[in-house]
Amino acid sequence: MNKSSAVIKENRKIAKDVFQMELNVSEPTDGIRPGQFINIRLDGLYLRRPISICDWDDQSIRIIYRTVGKGTEKMSRMEEGETLDIIWPLGNGFDISKMSSGEETDRDKPKLRPLLIGGGVGIPPLYGLCRRLIDMGEKPTVVLGFRSEDEVFYTDEFRKLGAEVILTTEDGSLGKKGRVTDGIPDELKGAGGIPDEMKEAGTSEDRTYIFACGPEPMLRSIDEMMPQNIGGQMSFEERMGCGFGACMGCSCETKYGAKRICKDGPVLERGEIIW
Amino acid sequence: MVDTKVCLCGIEMENPVMAASGTFGYGLEFAELYDINILGSFSFKGTTAEPRFGNPTPRIADCTGGMLNSVGLQNPGVDGVIENELPKLKKVFNKPVCANICGNSPEEYALVANKLDACSQVGWMEVNISCPNVKSGGMVFGTDPEAAASVIAAVRKVTKKPVIAKLSPNTTDICMIASVCENAGADGITAINTLQGMRIDLRTGKPVLANTIGGLSGPAVFPVALRAVYQISRAVDIPVIGCGGISSPEDVIEMMMAGATAVQIGSANLVDPYACRDIIRDLPETMEKYGIDSLADLCTAGR
Repeated sequence: MNKSSAVIKENRKIAKDVFQMELNVSEPTDGIRPGQFINIRLDGLYLRRPISICDWDDQSIRIIYRTVGKGTEKMSRMEEGETLDIIWPLGNGFDISKMSSGEETDRDKPKLRPLLIGGGVGIPPLYGLCRRLIDMGEKPTVVLGFRSEDEVFYTDEFRKLGAEVILTTEDGSLGKKGRVTDGIPDELKGAGGIPDEMKEAGTSEDRTYIFACGPEPMLRSIDEMMPQNIGGQMSFEERMGCGFGACMGCSCETKYGAKRICKDGPVLERGEIIW
Repeated sequence: MVDTKVCLCGIEMENPVMAASGTFGYGLEFAELYDINILGSFSFKGTTAEPRFGNPTPRIADCTGGMLNSVGLQNPGVDGVIENELPKLKKVFNKPVCANICGNSPEEYALVANKLDACSQVGWMEVNISCPNVKSGGMVFGTDPEAAASVIAAVRKVTKKPVIAKLSPNTTDICMIASVCENAGADGITAINTLQGMRIDLRTGKPVLANTIGGLSGPAVFPVALRAVYQISRAVDIPVIGCGGISSPEDVIEMMMAGATAVQIGSANLVDPYACRDIIRDLPETMEKYGIDSLADLCTAGR
């Protein structure tokens, strides 16, 4: 965990009410895991604002945020060269160690097929995740949901990474009309992630594995739609006090007891979530 | 060389800076960041007889100059604290810790105190009769003089360690409650816990906190805490720990000028995890700036 004075390298609007900010830091970034977040102190506001990390390189961290209140509105007015007091990286992030290496080594082990599902500003952490999964040799399917065309961002960026991208908008102004759950391909929904009629085919059984981030009702409907034998990880939002596990402000109950969204989360295993 | 040493209820501290209960967990999150042995001490998370999850979320709201919380005493229960937290703390903290305890009845307070009395790591017993976020217990005891006396007396009976009453500002006469606690056997007073407050989300028209009302802390409450410490330290003969919005070495000195023997730093730890470390580091220089040789003398002079 670092406390840094980060220099804004870029801060620009990429969709309606959505901004992308690139922050230069002097500390090493190689310990960051996709799904972790930074906690930002802003002049005149008491509590820090937690924002998920979208992507990073050796010198910089990229975040994408929607202007929803005083903090994010203040951020949207900041300019290149200004500094931000940030604490990072925070939270557990997605665990990608259980994905196979991409090499056809173990035929007996079912291969996991990553399915990334993101809604609105839940999408940014999935970008850094997608990039690392592709680096590992995985072929992720990415389903991105927005309310309407003017809010759409990053579909091309995901495609450039080499991911298969399915886009939904609630009003049908771009991509498939409906909620993000309507965009999940049928072949990834079957038990074990393969269509029922192929179950006995004796082929190596590829299993869908979910990585999801978005509003809680979205996560809940994904859970209701996908068979229980499909594993996955979901990233949750909660109002936080400290962001590093000290205040118990953002606790939730799981099947393994109380967890702090900021420290033990924001990513929870699908099997431990109590809806 | 300035002298930052103070003595709190018979226990020497290298400096008067303690972290306040509820903002420092059981110390471990901060021990990952810096050597917490630099602290005078800290008061651990309010502990009850049984494990508690606390209130529904959202439990946190931002406001000008501070924050609201309605955590509701989430803790692993006294047995969990003794079995898991204290052994872990022992590895990273070699000073007496202040045990913050809470309950639904004088008997529950006594049960928790009795179990913690057997722990050599525990230096002081801080009795939380001021938590605004629990339905029974907490503040219910700290705003009713008879109830406050019964809790302090019950804890007094089961421990030889110093008993400190942590008081609520949500009362008409905090000095009267402090006196009642002193007469019931308290060795010290912590003032203050949070002030009751609330926020409403304009978009929904509903309270931000799931529990509607929470406790206000942070720099906004500093003058209220300072006033309470000033009045209480003149009303009782036992030491007072000043708590509420302290965020700088200047605040520490001001609180001790008002009559505090030691101070607790709360919300500042949440927005800057290094707050206590930096305040302790900068305290000697700030004392020199104001011509203060000894913090202990400062407190005596303030009374």
